[in-house]
Amino acid sequence: MSWRLTLKIHRWQPGDRAPYYDHFTVEVPEEAYVLDAIEKVWAEQDRSLAFRHACHHASCGSCGLRVNGREKLPCITPVTDYPNGSTIQIDPLRHFPLVRDLVVDMGPFSQAMEAVRFSIIRHASEGVPDARSSEPPILPEEDHEATRFENCLECGLCVSACPIAGSALNYLGPAALAAAERMLVEPRGVDPLAVWEAIDHDDGLWRCHGAFECSAACPSEVDPAAAIMRLRRYGPKVGQVARQQRR
Amino acid sequence: MGGGGPHVVVVGAGSTGAAIAHDLALRGFAVTVVERGEVGSGTTGRNHGLLHSGARYAVTDPVAARECIEENLILRKIMPEGLELNGGYFIALTPEDMDFRQTFLEGCEAAGIPTRELTKEQLLRMEPRLSPKILGGVMVPDGVFEPYRFCLSFLASAQARGARVLTYHEVEGVLVEGGRTRGVQVRDRIRGRELTITADAVVNAAGPWAAKVAATAGCRVPLILAPGVMIAVGVRYSHRVVNRLAPPGDGDIIVPQRFTSMIGTTSWTVQDADLIPIPPDHVERMMDAGEAFFPGFRRQPKRGVFAVARPLVGPEEDQAEGEGFERAVTRDFACKHHEAEGAAGLFSVTGGKTTTSRLMAEAVVDQVGRWLGFERPCQTRTEVLLPPRRFFTERVVS
Repeated sequence: MSWRLTLKIHRWQPGDRAPYYDHFTVEVPEEAYVLDAIEKVWAEQDRSLAFRHACHHASCGSCGLRVNGREKLPCITPVTDYPNGSTIQIDPLRHFPLVRDLVVDMGPFSQAMEAVRFSIIRHASEGVPDARSSEPPILPEEDHEATRFENCLECGLCVSACPIAGSALNYLGPAALAAAERMLVEPRGVDPLAVWEAIDHDDGLWRCHGAFECSAACPSEVDPAAAIMRLRRYGPKVGQVARQQRR
Repeated sequence: MGGGGPHVVVVGAGSTGAAIAHDLALRGFAVTVVERGEVGSGTTGRNHGLLHSGARYAVTDPVAARECIEENLILRKIMPEGLELNGGYFIALTPEDMDFRQTFLEGCEAAGIPTRELTKEQLLRMEPRLSPKILGGVMVPDGVFEPYRFCLSFLASAQARGARVLTYHEVEGVLVEGGRTRGVQVRDRIRGRELTITADAVVNAAGPWAAKVAATAGCRVPLILAPGVMIAVGVRYSHRVVNRLAPPGDGDIIVPQRFTSMIGTTSWTVQDADLIPIPPDHVERMMDAGEAFFPGFRRQPKRGVFAVARPLVGPEEDQAEGEGFERAVTRDFACKHHEAEGAAGLFSVTGGKTTTSRLMAEAVVDQVGRWLGFERPCQTRTEVLLPPRRFFTERVVS
């Protein structure tokens, strides 16, 4: 069976005074995802439409946008989440510089992730402090400790969903704070004091008002709000210890 | 911009174009990358993410197997931020698979791929979710990369050496004058305007779209567009990559990544790579194949179903098509200089695998440098790449 949706898509390009919406009706298989519908609009109806995408399975984090106001990775959002024959509104992420249509600039977001020195590779089992010094053997032993990509896809959905990110322009944001917590739990060769100092300020850990929208939006089991709350409890102690060790 | 060398335009920011841009920049070329969409939005982004050990090709394609293991070992050193290195297995599900084991081990040994035989009991201890029906297996140094970040790392490193990376810029034509390539005519899809970029050479790394790009200069790129269906589910069934201990076939690889597992793949041919409808029977076949390794796989909610065209090296002249013929085509790559077709300085790259993209880049840049009379040694074997995020933090936008 096929699924028919009308996509009401946000349009804007540099020079436009204000954004506007274009409507496109597409028919896709009912197994399709919203990203497939957007790609079909581009392929068959409007080649000028600009949108971000790469992996189509929630691994790269590039396709983040809003469907009917909710932050989504359209690559894993089934079209059947919306009634057959309905109109869905597609908007770019909020709180990011807009480049064109649905494309946003990941620069400021990436700077925040760099500020907390986030490294996406974990060389350790769950919860065990990192032992990055030991390079994994080419052919792992049976009891080898797993290496894993961090769950955070750096997709930016949490920042778009965060009400504080909309009012405090320099706020580090939930992704970077959650990343900082991971780096403090598993330092991966990074100086914990540097991580702590990157978040211990008015535009960092202490800016969050606890709306928890970030955790609701996260497509990848990161739960940034819980990480921020944990950091508020033990972070100052970690910072204090790190400072004493440096002396 | 760059190290004062000739200016080369690279068309396409998939793994091939990204690795070429990095190699060019490192050798002192001035580089501009033009990509019509997002980085990795073509074939690379939608690939399996398998860092090949080469074992998959050990029996059928020894050259590809050797290249894979060599590049696998290099990537471990130059891409510390981008790999899950847990190894992989080739697992026997049937007595025929077990019979294939000896041939497989000999192929791996000849290609220089380390292996370790594992009993059924060892495998089930290491991977408790494997089907109890498995018969045995072999461990190999497979790994997992993230295709998007793979490209970003190469591009970030190229950018740090002055390369310009223009995403959302689509090549409308390769400019040729008097038998020589002069640059590209590009549509800036952000601002909706045309621009001309002059260059001393153009490297066409547009993957499945390489034939279209070359055709604008009246040149031919023999290509076979062979998509495959892949499906991700939201359960990580294994620590390591799981392959079927058998000659290459459908649904013979499950790549775990984060908390997901991805099964692939099938193979058929298409004419147009822009929009590839997913054949429903391929989806069923993949879910069944997953079930054979991991009981319960079939019932898992899917987390992405996708297909994208592999740009395989095609025959120079038209060749009869037959069922399954595209699988027999070498996974090797080709770099064609279109000089004889009246476009000197236009080079088209086809084929290859993301695992071997650094090697492809080395060969292509050797060829381009030779033709331009700007020969510098390749340095990408040891140059550690920047973290992928740097692509965005240190963006130089025109």
